[in-house]
Amino acid sequence: MITANPIVFAVIVLAVLGLAGSVILVLASKFMAVYEDPRIAEINECLAGANCGGCGYAGCADYAKAIVMDGAPTHKCAPGGDKTADAINRIMGAEESDRPSLRAFVSCNGGKNCGVRFEYHGIQSCAAAAAVAGGPTACSFGCLGFGDCVNACMFHALSIRDGVAVVDREMCTGCTACTRACPRGLLKMKPIASQPAVLCRNKERGAAVVKACKTGCIACGICVKNCPQEAIFLHNNVARIDYTKCNGCGTCVEKCPKKVIHWVEGGPTSVDAPVPEHAVL
Amino acid sequence: MSAQNIATFATILFSMILVNNYVLVQFLGICPFLGVSKKLDSSVGMGMAVIVVMLIATAVTFPIQIFLLDAFDLGYMQTIIFILVIAVLVQLIEITLKRYIPALYSALGVYLPLITTNCCVLGVTILAVQDYSGDIATHGFGFAFAEALVCAAGAGIGFLLAMVLFCGVRQRVENADPPESFKGLPITLVSAAITSLSFMGFGGLVENIINAIL
Repeated sequence: MITANPIVFAVIVLAVLGLAGSVILVLASKFMAVYEDPRIAEINECLAGANCGGCGYAGCADYAKAIVMDGAPTHKCAPGGDKTADAINRIMGAEESDRPSLRAFVSCNGGKNCGVRFEYHGIQSCAAAAAVAGGPTACSFGCLGFGDCVNACMFHALSIRDGVAVVDREMCTGCTACTRACPRGLLKMKPIASQPAVLCRNKERGAAVVKACKTGCIACGICVKNCPQEAIFLHNNVARIDYTKCNGCGTCVEKCPKKVIHWVEGGPTSVDAPVPEHAVL
Repeated sequence: MSAQNIATFATILFSMILVNNYVLVQFLGICPFLGVSKKLDSSVGMGMAVIVVMLIATAVTFPIQIFLLDAFDLGYMQTIIFILVIAVLVQLIEITLKRYIPALYSALGVYLPLITTNCCVLGVTILAVQDYSGDIATHGFGFAFAEALVCAAGAGIGFLLAMVLFCGVRQRVENADPPESFKGLPITLVSAAITSLSFMGFGGLVENIINAIL
C-alpha cells in the first residue's frame, strides 16, 4: 500500500504528526496552565502601548501586572492620560485617584546665547560631552544641545532650537523619559498652567554667569523685590518661584533684566485665578 | 569510551564552535545575530535559549529521520516535518518552563518563541542528519545519535560565542561615531563581515590540534 500511493501516505504521515503535535500542545496547556488574572490582559489593552517606561515600570505589560498584583496606582500612564486611568479604575473597581497632568519643560535659555569653552569633536551625545572636562559649553549647568532628550522622547515632542532643547507641550505626554536622559537635569515636569518659570540653573555668582551666558540668572534679586506675592526667592544664586504663592501676574517676566523668566505656556492670568493644587513643585 | 571516540566527539564539538560556526562561517541564524546583539544580556539570553532548543530539537528529529522518514522512504518530507516538530517542541518547552521554572521562563522571555522559526535550529537538525546518519551502518545508532547531539551542542555554543563576541564589537562600533552614511545597519553589516572573516582563520585548525593532543 505504501508503494502503491506514496502521496496519500505522505499526507497521512504529515497529518498524523501534526495532529499528534497539536494534541500534545493542547494537553500540555491544559495540565500545565498557569493562572493569570484576566484583569492583567484587560488593563494591558487599555494602556497606551508605547512601552515608554514613564510609569516607572519596565513596560506596559509590567505596569499592568503591577496594578493587579501589587496594587500600583492607576494614574501612572502619562501617554494614556485621564481616559486610560478611568478605564483602569473601571476594571479594578477603584476610586478615582488624583492625576497630576505634568508636561516636560527645559530650564535653560542658553543655546546660542551661551559661550563655548572648547570645541568638542567627541561622541555626539550630551552624556558623553558632559563627561569631558565639565562639558564644552561655557556654562557648566546649561543645555549641551546634542539632543539626548530628543532621542529619548518617543512622541517627537522635543527638538533642538538655536542650540537649546525646546519642548512642544502639545506633543508632550508627560512620560518623563527626557528628565532621565538629560545629564544636567534641566528637564523638569511642570503642570499645564499659565505660570512663569526661571530658565536658568547656573549656581555661579553673577560675574561668572555674565561671562558664560547672555541670558543667565545673575541673582540680582530684582524679581524678588518686585514680586507682589513675595513668591520669588534666591537659592544657590538662582531665582526660584514658590508656586504655592505665585498667582501668575507676570511682573517678574517683565522686570527680569536678563530675560531669564519666561512663561511656561500662555501669558499672565487674571490675578484672581486660583492656583491649581498640583502646581506645588 | 576509547580515546578514538573522545577525539571524534571533541573534533565535532570544537569544529562546530569554531571552524563551522553556524553564524559566522555558515551564515545561518543571521536574523537574531543582527537583531538581538545590541545588548549583552539579551544576546546571552538568546544564545542560551538556542543551545537548549538545538539540543532538544536534534534529540527528537534525528530518530524521526531514521525510524520514520528513512524507513518509509519519505526523505523528501524532511523540511516540513522538521519545521512542524520544532515548532511543537518550542511551544511545549515554553509551556513547561512557564509552569515549572518561571524564573528561567522570564529570563529567556521573548527569545524562546522567536527561535521557533529560526533557520539555524532547522539547519542544525538537517545537517546533523546529513553528516552523521551515515555512521549508523558502521558504528550503530547510539554512536551516531551521540555524534548528532554533540554537534547540536557545539552549534549552540558557537552561536552563543558569536552573539557575545559580536555584541562587544557592536558596542565599540556604535560608540566610535561612524560617518553619517554608515550609521546603523551598514556599519553593523561591515563589522559582522570582519568578525566572520576572523573566524575563517580557524579552518583546518581544530582537527590538527586534537590529533596532536591525543
